[in-house]
Amino acid sequence: MTDSPAVPTSTAGGPIGANPSFFDLLRRTRPEAIPIASFPEAATLPHGTTVVGLKFADGVVFAGDRRATEGYAIADDKMEKVFEADRFSVIAIAGAAGQAVEIVKLFQLELEHYEKITGDRLSLEGKANRLGQMIRSNFPLAIQGLVVVPLFGGYDERRSQGRIFFYDATGGRWEEDDFHTTGSGGRPAKSSLKKRWRPGLDRAGAIRVGVEALVDASQEDAATGGVDAARGIYPTVIAVTSEGAETVGDDEVRAAYEAVVSGGGS
Amino acid sequence: MSFMPYVPPEQLMKDRSEFAHKGIARGKSVVGLEFADGVLFIAENPSATLHKISEVYDRIAFAGVGKYSEFEDLRISGVRLADLRGYSYGREDVRARDLANAYSQALSTIFTQQMKPYEVEILVGEVASDGGHNEIYHVLFDGTVTDEHEFVAIGGHADEVATSIKAAYRPVWDLPTAVREAVKALSAAEGGEVVAAQLEAGVLDRTTEQRRKFRRLPEEEVAAILAD
Repeated sequence: MTDSPAVPTSTAGGPIGANPSFFDLLRRTRPEAIPIASFPEAATLPHGTTVVGLKFADGVVFAGDRRATEGYAIADDKMEKVFEADRFSVIAIAGAAGQAVEIVKLFQLELEHYEKITGDRLSLEGKANRLGQMIRSNFPLAIQGLVVVPLFGGYDERRSQGRIFFYDATGGRWEEDDFHTTGSGGRPAKSSLKKRWRPGLDRAGAIRVGVEALVDASQEDAATGGVDAARGIYPTVIAVTSEGAETVGDDEVRAAYEAVVSGGGS
Repeated sequence: MSFMPYVPPEQLMKDRSEFAHKGIARGKSVVGLEFADGVLFIAENPSATLHKISEVYDRIAFAGVGKYSEFEDLRISGVRLADLRGYSYGREDVRARDLANAYSQALSTIFTQQMKPYEVEILVGEVASDGGHNEIYHVLFDGTVTDEHEFVAIGGHADEVATSIKAAYRPVWDLPTAVREAVKALSAAEGGEVVAAQLEAGVLDRTTEQRRKFRRLPEEEVAAILAD
């Protein structure tokens, strides 16, 4: 068994100290569990589409549509692309869906593992950097077309403010001041946010603006799913404040959607 | 060539066992007990940052007494084992029993093969979902593992603490009662009142909505409970 508590264990991080990284542990003890196989046709694998992240008065709001496509077919209409990374951060993913979900799972464990080993939560900056490194290690796959581009954000407990980071496929990392979008419908979503977003939005306003950006994207981009009220399919929305991350309930998202389509002021 | 004198195996094991016992007896105690909503661990620990009680996985917690560097080593190995298991299979497949077995194997190997045995005793607790049975495993320095029910005390004054709790124990205790009774037992064994600043407490609370059931009780909360 490679995973039994072998002794001595304190050598993992170098000569001294325990390495708090789950990703490194996995790479060392179970390299086969890290998804690095090559796929023949990237286009025939499910892809996730549009996600948006924006700041508001108390933190950040992230939202994503629910559609995954396989070429011209719709693979899934209820996919989740926005996840709580830990209590104070959120990750949203556009790109090859299988790969994306796997990276999110690894990233969530990376944060939890660090917290348990060291007894402290990583700083938001530290989380953002670590995510960049994990994307970078996926780079050989990105070249083959299995690109995973996340949007990351959360509440920075040390600075007492919400922050948003975006990435490219090489793991490059930038901080965004106001809002950012990614995925195939990212461009129309961004145009929408440009008109609608204002500094210091309240929570309801931020949810409304985020949902509106996704609705706009779904009208411009075939791969972005719209709201399907008849089947009860609404975007996934997560808000992060000093209280922690919270998945916004369907009722609240529905109310925001209705406000958007009825054209009421935000 | 060096010459090793013959030592009978009985004598060797006895010496090691005595050595480990002495190391553990010097330290303070930890109590693990089941109460109405889960499993409580409480320890006398003057340090607020060097923990004896820690989270291992969603429903599993760890407590150790003895030499800090050694049980910390075991704790980290346990977190690694649990996280790898959970990632490779499923989160519900990570069980305290497997962890206790792994600890037992590791400690038994160390006891027989290393220069000196680990001077530690550990507890691995798992809170059941509604209706199930909690599990508390007690692993000794030589790998002996026992399955404990209701309450268990380990460390320097383990016997005194256990005797003291036994007289009062009720499985229906709520959290404040459990904390008060455990602290009473620790104080009695120590021969003086143990105050909140000298205590470390962690609870596996089945009533929480969170996936991770472990929660540390902050000093203020313990102080408030003890003041009641």
